[in-house]
Amino acid sequence: MQAIQQRFFYLFRSTKGLILVAIAMISLVTAVFGMLSGPMAEFGVRDVVVRLLHMQLIEAEREARIITLYHSIAMAVVSIEVYFITEFLKMKPRQHATINATITVGYLSVMIFGLLFGYFGHNWIFHGLFISGQVLVFFSGLMLAVALWPWKPEARTADKAYSHLGNTSNGKALSLERVAFFTMAVATLGSAIFGAIPGSYFGNGFEAFLAEDLIRVPEKTLLEDSIIGHLHIMLTLIAIALALLVGRWLDYKGMLHKLSMPLMIFGTIVVSLGAWSVVIFPWAHTIIYVGSVFVLLAALFLVIFGFSKLIRTRLAEQGIQKAGFWRGFKALLHDPLKFGMLWQMVFMNFTVSGIGIFMAVKLDEIFRVWPWREERIVLTGHWHILSGLIATIILFLYADYTGLKGRLRQWFGWLVILFSDLAFGSVTVFAIKRLFVSETDQQPLVNATMLLADIGLATVLVVLAVLMVWRLVDLFKRKGKWAKEFEETRLQ
Amino acid sequence: MKNTLLIAIVFSFILAACTSAQPSTPPPAIDTGVQPGAWVIIPAGEFLMGQHDTEIMLDYDYQIMVTDVTNAEFAEYLNQALADGTLKINAGSDGSQQVVGYYPGDVFHAVKHEEEIAAGDWLHLTINEPALRLTYDGQSFMVKPGYENHPMVMVSWFGARGYCEYYGWGLPTEVEWEKAGRGSDGRPFPWGDTLDDTNANYYSSHDVLEKIVGGLGDTTPVGFYNGKTYDGFTTVDSRSPYGLYDMAGNVWQWLADIHEGTHYRHMAGGSKADYGYNLRIWTRNSAGPTYTSPNVGFRCVDR
Repeated sequence: MQAIQQRFFYLFRSTKGLILVAIAMISLVTAVFGMLSGPMAEFGVRDVVVRLLHMQLIEAEREARIITLYHSIAMAVVSIEVYFITEFLKMKPRQHATINATITVGYLSVMIFGLLFGYFGHNWIFHGLFISGQVLVFFSGLMLAVALWPWKPEARTADKAYSHLGNTSNGKALSLERVAFFTMAVATLGSAIFGAIPGSYFGNGFEAFLAEDLIRVPEKTLLEDSIIGHLHIMLTLIAIALALLVGRWLDYKGMLHKLSMPLMIFGTIVVSLGAWSVVIFPWAHTIIYVGSVFVLLAALFLVIFGFSKLIRTRLAEQGIQKAGFWRGFKALLHDPLKFGMLWQMVFMNFTVSGIGIFMAVKLDEIFRVWPWREERIVLTGHWHILSGLIATIILFLYADYTGLKGRLRQWFGWLVILFSDLAFGSVTVFAIKRLFVSETDQQPLVNATMLLADIGLATVLVVLAVLMVWRLVDLFKRKGKWAKEFEETRLQ
Repeated sequence: MKNTLLIAIVFSFILAACTSAQPSTPPPAIDTGVQPGAWVIIPAGEFLMGQHDTEIMLDYDYQIMVTDVTNAEFAEYLNQALADGTLKINAGSDGSQQVVGYYPGDVFHAVKHEEEIAAGDWLHLTINEPALRLTYDGQSFMVKPGYENHPMVMVSWFGARGYCEYYGWGLPTEVEWEKAGRGSDGRPFPWGDTLDDTNANYYSSHDVLEKIVGGLGDTTPVGFYNGKTYDGFTTVDSRSPYGLYDMAGNVWQWLADIHEGTHYRHMAGGSKADYGYNLRIWTRNSAGPTYTSPNVGFRCVDR
């Protein structure tokens, strides 16, 4: 009994345990619900899964089901970020524990009852629990914003290496990194409300729709605009939170940090206001672009700092004072986890930001000449890739945070980097294939890109499954890795 | 081990990339037993439209084609319309030969993204497109062997409209099309509530032509999914409640509606190149009226 209790405490009271549970839940959901579309549907696996699990999939409800699924995964991702924030940033132990407990109950309610409601018949109690789970996640966000309040004495900084305002010598300077986290948290809360209002309206009449299905509607309603703004800004803010966390984990400081944090704060405010203003201004995109530039610059400075630190650290370990390009390059690639966190941010520019900007610039000239379904593929590919890249960065952060070592670290890191980028790169080419081939001649390109994407994704999922099985087996050991991690938490 | 994996990946890539873009041999001539050119009456009355079952009243009867317009029917029309001067052949800006015809133009509202469709000659189809199932010898159009009873593709909205209007008919509006495809009971597919490989030609539906051509396959002859078995592939009779074939899958179908503030024309029904969920009766696609595709065809209504 005590053994079970200890493991329960590890999984639900320690940060490492909580993150492991959330990753495992997302993996499980991905494994099961990923069988319902794409190649798995083509291979007939979808029908088997539907039959085996007694799913009830009504055609008219597909969009609503998918929205439930997105929210289930998104809440777990947000929870992981919150676990990291409460661990990495100073706050009262009571706040730390309360926020984590509330968000855990919240996301698990959303995930379990949302998916049961969406895919296994409509039990309205489950629907209520799905909604109340989201309320709990929101409430934990409110508590997080309070805990992150940057002007309280314990949040102030005395270290002048970090971006700050005021005098560090008396230890009372305002930490701009803390302000950036706080701004992100408040913007996320506002953006959640921005989606919750139209969500309640459409949910009430069960007229669910996917934003990508509205792209060519010339006049959208305010609530439709609001949904579009909501999904864009939520994903952006999840990415901003992750960039801040990676910075904290890598102990981001110095001149670039001092440049980054004001940019990140200003960018977060502008991009959020831009997304919210889609219901008011037809030119809201312009505000969003301006905000994005600041955020992207902040992230660029983080990457420059991170790459430079990786090289310096490795060369110092090797006792090398001065190194040429290749030695430096080798040093950069030495640690795939830390390199992966930063590299995926760079890769994001090729597959997400770059494509997005190109699409915006050439919308009427190129993309609106294509049929709607082709344009839709670019859009869905765009944000699926962004979500996927965010997921891989979280995995790198988690693996590094839990101290994955040796060959396992190398194999895990490089397999995820190479195969996820293979998949995301292939999907990008697939999505914009009309730039290179006509509809008549597209088959070879479609075959090749789909195959490479499937290989890439399957490999990443297998690697993730191996990690999860390893951690599951570890839980059965009396003195496994979990016990060590739990002991560290208790000591803290 | 590493080498084996690498070789397997590279080999698979090459195999996939080497797949032909177009069928190198003509498709087998398949007699579905369904005669193109048949019409059915859709009676006036209410029906449930769209994903959210909005009640719509259509207060007139109309006739609609049981099948999509076929290549053979369209070739015959082209030859007649070119002979009597309704259509003409022009050189396109890229040097291609194009069949063009007059269109009186749309009211232009100058809404963001809207393009002006002015009165004048507009593209109906481009001759010598590889995916066009017709050939032109300088005198007349003929159908490539095996494609006679396949739906006419690579035809623009102007071309589809031109065909229907030439005979005194019209393209169906969204409302007319959906009622004919769905009946009055709110079903998601013309034949009922679920979709499988025996109902329609869609992406990876494993039909006979998909097996022959591979990948996205090819169009199936009109009325293919009628309960017959072809070369060991058994279909289910997948007519709509009013007896229309191919209202889901095979090719998207152009619709008549002109929406204020946009130049896009809508299509419905999904195609051989789309995943199954695009075949749901309320799913729409759209493109500019000069767009042509191997996955887009049409049928007509007579009001």
